[in-house]
Amino acid sequence: MIRTELKIRSNTPIADSTYEMIFDAPAGLTGNFRPGQFINIRLEGFFLRRPISLCDWTDDTISIIYKTVGKGTEEMSRLEAGAAPEVLLPLGNGYCCDSEEIGERPLLAGGGAGVPPMYALCRELIAGGARPTVLLGFRTAGEVFYVNRFEEMEADLIVTTEDGSRGEKGFVTDVMGELDYSSVFACGPEGMLKAVDEAADRDCPGWFSFEERMGCGFGACMGCSCRTKYGDKRICREGPVLSRREIIW
Amino acid sequence: MVDKREMLKVKLCGVEMDNPVIPASGTFGYGREFAELYDINILGSFSFKGTTEQPRFGNPTPRIAECREGLINSVGLQNPGVEKVIEEELPAIEKIFKKPVMANVSGFSSEEYVRVSERLAAQEQVGWIELNISCPNVHEGGMAFGTDPKQAAGVVGAVRKALDAQKPYGGSKPLIVKLSPNVRDIGEIAFACEAAGAEGLTLINTLQGMRIDLKKKRPVIAEKIGGFSGPAILPVALRMVYQAYERVKIPLVGCGGVREAEDVLEMMLAGATAVQVGAANLVNPFACREIIEALPETAGKYGIKKLSEITGGAH
Repeated sequence: MIRTELKIRSNTPIADSTYEMIFDAPAGLTGNFRPGQFINIRLEGFFLRRPISLCDWTDDTISIIYKTVGKGTEEMSRLEAGAAPEVLLPLGNGYCCDSEEIGERPLLAGGGAGVPPMYALCRELIAGGARPTVLLGFRTAGEVFYVNRFEEMEADLIVTTEDGSRGEKGFVTDVMGELDYSSVFACGPEGMLKAVDEAADRDCPGWFSFEERMGCGFGACMGCSCRTKYGDKRICREGPVLSRREIIW
Repeated sequence: MVDKREMLKVKLCGVEMDNPVIPASGTFGYGREFAELYDINILGSFSFKGTTEQPRFGNPTPRIAECREGLINSVGLQNPGVEKVIEEELPAIEKIFKKPVMANVSGFSSEEYVRVSERLAAQEQVGWIELNISCPNVHEGGMAFGTDPKQAAGVVGAVRKALDAQKPYGGSKPLIVKLSPNVRDIGEIAFACEAAGAEGLTLINTLQGMRIDLKKKRPVIAEKIGGFSGPAILPVALRMVYQAYERVKIPLVGCGGVREAEDVLEMMLAGATAVQVGAANLVNPFACREIIEALPETAGKYGIKKLSEITGGAH
């Protein structure tokens, strides 16, 4: 983890109350990033930082996607190119992308604000030789984002919306039964994660990313602890990604 | 030219410290996360996570709620239990921190406070026992001991006696008692603790607070009420340190809302010998280092030549 100011290159709306923020990355910074990790952004006028998942990065950019769900993220949406908020990064353990267990056909399920980490994950898994199937679930067509970006990748893509206004009608779990996959990755609200867990084959390896209200985001305050089969963990430090085997629902 | 290193030195209950800055218990873990960022040996000391006899997971989540200039926490004394702290955490601390640490002790009965204090006081690395009779986030024990002068005196007296019994074996450590601000008269509790054998007092622990989630129309915190800390409470902490200073002779450790060097000076002028930094560590992991680095110049700006000389100077 380092603390640094990241200069905003762009901050643009990409769907209903959804923004993409792209930062200039200092040289050498993104080399050790892993999909599923997050950054913690300091905002003027707010005591706690705002933890946001990494969506993607290159040698000289870092991108995040966030929804305006409260005053903090609303303030974020007003930041302009050139501003340089102070961030802590990278935080959390992230998804492991080189495990033998992943197999050739990983299934990636992202729901709403859980979609962004699936992007870098998909890219890394493809780079590792896998052919992912990506399920992106949204509530309604207006909230859909990044479909065109996923379409550019060598992955099979299925979009679902709860109201059927785009793609298949229903939840990502409604289409899982028809698919063959060797492992499952998921990020989204806890209800969705639980549904994915129930829909997936019992012995299928899987890694799920969890959300929790955080204090520090780097393991000091014990604000985001959770119980697992392998002991108590901190969502911000040993998480946010937990192995399916250790999760206690 | 004043020697910067000499100017910051203080002595807390007979233990020399390079400077008065101590990360507060519960905001610094066992130091590991911070030692990855900087050499934590620059700290005066640090107070590690509150320790109970048995391992505790703590309270359900959400445990954190943001506030203006602060946060509410309801962690509920999550810790691995005293034996594991001794077997695993203290040896790990020894690798990253070469000075005496402050052992924060919590409990649910007077007997538990005694047993945990005895175990930790016997560890060489421990410089002070900090008896936490002020945790607002557990249902029994914790704050219940720290809000009634008689109960406070009872538990402090019991621990004092146990620590005194260790003296012939070289194990006795100074007993500091961490006080709750959620009381009618802080001076009365402070006096009761001193009379019962406390050798120092840390004040203050968190104030009880609440936030409401407007979307859910329910308290944000799962346990509804938690402990409020952060820069917003600095004036409350200063007032209480000032009041306690007028009632007791034992040294005080000022705690509450400190985030910069100026706050440390205010705390000391109010009556503190050493100063803890809590919530600031969580939003700025470098807070303590920055405060320590800024102290000589900031003190100099106000004509202060030696920090230890200003304790209680505002009275």
